[in-house]
Amino acid sequence: MRPFTYERALDPVSAAARAAEVPGARFIAGGTNLIDLMKLEIETPDHLIDVNGTGLDEITVTEDGGLRIGALVSNTDLADHDVVRRDYPVLTRALVAGASGQLRNKATTGGNLLQRTRCPYFYDTAQPCNKRAQGSGCAALSPGAHSRQLGIIGVSDACIAQHPSDMAVALRVLDAVVETMTPAGDIRLIPLKDFHCLPGSTPEKESVLMDGEIITAVYLPPPVGGKQAYHKVRDRASYAFALVSVALIRHPDGSGRVALGGVAPKPWAMDEADAELPNGAKAVMAKLLEGARPTEENAFKIRLAERTLAAMLAGE
Amino acid sequence: MPPATAPDMRSQMRQNDHSSDASARRKSPGQQSPAQAEGIASGEMTTVSLKVNGTEHTVTLDNRTTLLDALREKLQLTGPKKGCDHGQCGACTVSVNGKRINSCLSLAVMHEDDEVTTIEGIGTADDLDPMQQAFIDHDGFQCGYCTPGQICSAKAVLEEIRAGSPSHVTEDLTARIEVTEAEIRERMSGNICRCGAYANILAAITEVAEERA
Repeated sequence: MRPFTYERALDPVSAAARAAEVPGARFIAGGTNLIDLMKLEIETPDHLIDVNGTGLDEITVTEDGGLRIGALVSNTDLADHDVVRRDYPVLTRALVAGASGQLRNKATTGGNLLQRTRCPYFYDTAQPCNKRAQGSGCAALSPGAHSRQLGIIGVSDACIAQHPSDMAVALRVLDAVVETMTPAGDIRLIPLKDFHCLPGSTPEKESVLMDGEIITAVYLPPPVGGKQAYHKVRDRASYAFALVSVALIRHPDGSGRVALGGVAPKPWAMDEADAELPNGAKAVMAKLLEGARPTEENAFKIRLAERTLAAMLAGE
Repeated sequence: MPPATAPDMRSQMRQNDHSSDASARRKSPGQQSPAQAEGIASGEMTTVSLKVNGTEHTVTLDNRTTLLDALREKLQLTGPKKGCDHGQCGACTVSVNGKRINSCLSLAVMHEDDEVTTIEGIGTADDLDPMQQAFIDHDGFQCGYCTPGQICSAKAVLEEIRAGSPSHVTEDLTARIEVTEAEIRERMSGNICRCGAYANILAAITEVAEERA
């Protein structure tokens, strides 16, 4: 690990201001992803701003009947919350499908959104990776590469890494909004659907956050009801990243919403695909995965996504 | 090509010099350390006070020191083990403020005023915790390396179930959660045992759960 200096921030305004002011600064909250990457020297911050003392660890009901989830609320506490379990069960289901008990106790809501891909070539510093070392190439697209886990849609010639979060897939289907604080002290509201960037030719840029901008909360709209479910298909029964995951909200009239995880650089959803729900899984996935460009090794994800949704629709 | 699973890949990576990607990192080379520039922290060392197994400690550490290394190297508490050092195996599991965490994925300087419990704080050879006794009675280990983490996790798992915290295998999110084999297996999935003592670990935890019920 490279040496770094360290400070504790007491509020989000000063945290954001400091992050913009100190070169090479990064926020640290749970640290479960950042410290891992620092050990591998994939992340090399010069300065860490510990934001755990900024008071962003509350879950409150908003005036419109929705929920404000502080950025520091742990994955465990969010999954446990009575209102989440009752009114947003897809979120609890997604959270407890991710990581291990130890990790969920540390991992935060804001940090989960910002976690980096688990592409093996991003992790292996001996390999080219445009996300880690701009312009070096994408080893995942080289002949014979192991791309089983990687993205099939929204990817580019520069990068086919997938976003690893389960939580974010549920937040996407719930139409969540991310609240941030800019270094100038302004609050920004960013719909989750616009929060993550597609790689294009700049895979190192993963979100629309500007330098020093800090996530302060995630808003959920008032409960939408319906039957909610999260199905995660993975190589082990527990403690593994998704090959495909499906978050589903379905109303008695057959309408609803779908979001996919494990297939794209961001939670993958589309209004046009949701409109096909009454017509079944095949119709939904035909829209949602239109234009998919899988590798030979991960082309199975297209049928797997369709079958996962079909099983969920049949299992109601 | 290296596999996506960690241990082999990581041992390979440690042998690399990382020079190929150094130029791409987002930082200005040769810059003055921010601490010197701003006069904010005492460079790359920080003093932290924390309570471990009921005893207060104040230590000055390189900021890079993980909680695991601080416990083992500074405080001579070698119960928590370093397995993968990347949060994947659970051998380093300790309790911080009543919650189990991977101590290898946490910086010691981030634990100011925290209360840490390691296996040494759970029981001693002369005064075993019921969970430790159950692991012995059921042969819940062979080499024993993962055992401190298994026991710290197992105790937390029973607390989590008792507190009504749901897991991936909990069927009804709003009902009381029963202690079942499926619940224990799912909740213990962050603790790996390479000797494969899982069946006996499960028996040990189940016995303690039943004694308590």
